[in-house]
Amino acid sequence: MMKTGRAHPLRLAGILILLLLSVLLCVALGSVVVPINKTATVLWRALTGQAFLMDAQARILLLVRLPRVLSVFLVGAALSLCGAAMQGLLRNPLADGATLGVSSGASLGAMLALLFGFSLPGFPLGGTALFSMAFAFMALVLVLSFAYVLDRSLATTTIILIGIVLTMLMGSLMSLLISFAGNRLRTLTFWTLGSLSASSYSDALLLAAFLLICVPVLLSQTRELDALSLGEEAAQHLGVSVRKVKLLVLIIVSMLIGVTVSIGGSIGFVGLVIPHITRLITGPKHKVLLPYSLILGGIFLMYCDLIARSLLSPVELPLGVVTSLIGAVFFMVILLRQRRKMA
Amino acid sequence: MLTVNNCSVRIGKVSIVDDVSFDLRPGQWLMLAGPNGAGKTSLLKAIARSLKSSGHMLFDGQDIAKMPSRGLARSMAVLQQSHNLSYAFTVRELVALGRYAHQSAWSHQDLGGQQKIDEAIELCGLTALKNQNALTLSGGELQRAFLAQVFAQDTPLLLLDEPVSHLDLPYQQSIFDLTDQWLKTPGRAVLSVVHDLQLARKYGSHGLLMKQGKRLAFGPMDEVFTRDNLKQAFDMDVSAWFDGLHAAWADLQTLAD
Repeated sequence: MMKTGRAHPLRLAGILILLLLSVLLCVALGSVVVPINKTATVLWRALTGQAFLMDAQARILLLVRLPRVLSVFLVGAALSLCGAAMQGLLRNPLADGATLGVSSGASLGAMLALLFGFSLPGFPLGGTALFSMAFAFMALVLVLSFAYVLDRSLATTTIILIGIVLTMLMGSLMSLLISFAGNRLRTLTFWTLGSLSASSYSDALLLAAFLLICVPVLLSQTRELDALSLGEEAAQHLGVSVRKVKLLVLIIVSMLIGVTVSIGGSIGFVGLVIPHITRLITGPKHKVLLPYSLILGGIFLMYCDLIARSLLSPVELPLGVVTSLIGAVFFMVILLRQRRKMA
Repeated sequence: MLTVNNCSVRIGKVSIVDDVSFDLRPGQWLMLAGPNGAGKTSLLKAIARSLKSSGHMLFDGQDIAKMPSRGLARSMAVLQQSHNLSYAFTVRELVALGRYAHQSAWSHQDLGGQQKIDEAIELCGLTALKNQNALTLSGGELQRAFLAQVFAQDTPLLLLDEPVSHLDLPYQQSIFDLTDQWLKTPGRAVLSVVHDLQLARKYGSHGLLMKQGKRLAFGPMDEVFTRDNLKQAFDMDVSAWFDGLHAAWADLQTLAD
């Protein structure tokens, strides 16, 4: 276990190598398998601007798989980072975009934007992204205020219960929207199936831009999150401006979840499972936990996506189904372990 | 060091603390006592600013309400009664969190901080446990770890909120002895909420008796913890009760002899 929270060079190198290999593997594998050495050559040459033969395989690699793998990585990274930050902020190991109803809030927002055709001029994804973020934030504020009213300690069970209620409510509102969608039904249905299968470089770019803004902000709050994981009152006694930090983290989390949902739909459990596993490796200090959660979350989702597109190929499974299957099993294990600890 | 003028705390329409004033000087250990619901903990939280209050409170001449969060945390540290630990911090990581207010916001630099952390760990007898997962500690060990955290916070004023309520006797003794030792350095003071009047009497230099949110008596221990004051605060003859308890121990002693 990490004792000082200092960067651990060997482990960092290991995880970066794992990341590179995973990208290579996930780009190479699929319905058309491209040999690894060819994949590596094409990617390297494309990246460094050297000449290479743009044959059918290279087209698949560069125009279909790479943008998809990159988008998937960035979505996984963002969701996992958000999970880790929320779990620290609420000192609640079960907090996550999906369990708190934030993802369904974001979905509802995206659907409203699609239904009413709200979009930003020159930025086709802007409208859905903006609505997703706003609704994600509202959902988060709603859950937390309810939880505060019911029980000031923000206990695990209270928050999760309210999250479930909110998810159900958002779900029925979405069904309502679908039943009134009329001629926009196709657009909505297509979006709710939510997959990253048609991801383009512009999706990846949008995600990367958001991460570039949000990651440094979250990383600047790691000591505050450490203190907050002892409880809000304790953090305040240690000198943390609790309201300020909380608002900042909630805004960042809503932005990230909003943008991932608007691009890839609601993908559950990444933000729950990965920070948990990461915490076992790095310990609970956020200075190490956040960056490792980010990278491992991205890697995890890349493999889930690989399974989704190759298990029943040529039929593709929705990505959310794969993560939920893995996540649900993991969730049970956590609950059982907690029960055993209490007994 | 600490001056509290007309402090009141209201929750809704209920008055929890009603117009309490007192002051605390360096070297003093002020014991806040009174029956359940007297408003002791609320008063302590109002001073630490974790509960909204009215009135005027000064720390070394500065208005507590206007102090920045970090500045306040460099002036006073709070040891709570119980802790809500969800994650597996090591003991040293837990103690190190006490340095938050001393680290600069951007570079995180904290000159001499590591030494303060190690000193606090050693003072509290946790050196052997410092790399241990804090979730595996016993209640008494955990409370000592949090005491080390407030020592590492290195403030002139320490606020203790019923620090030993859940602990066995040896841990009660060790928490109070450690605090007593900490207080020996000049320029420091302690304010603590206590249930156990015997502990209050033994360790406190001054006392503040409260009842139903109001101040009943304040001053040096001998003048505050009198038979009449205690009787008025607790609606029972506390001294007679203690005499009875002591007599029981004396009997035991005679039997042993």
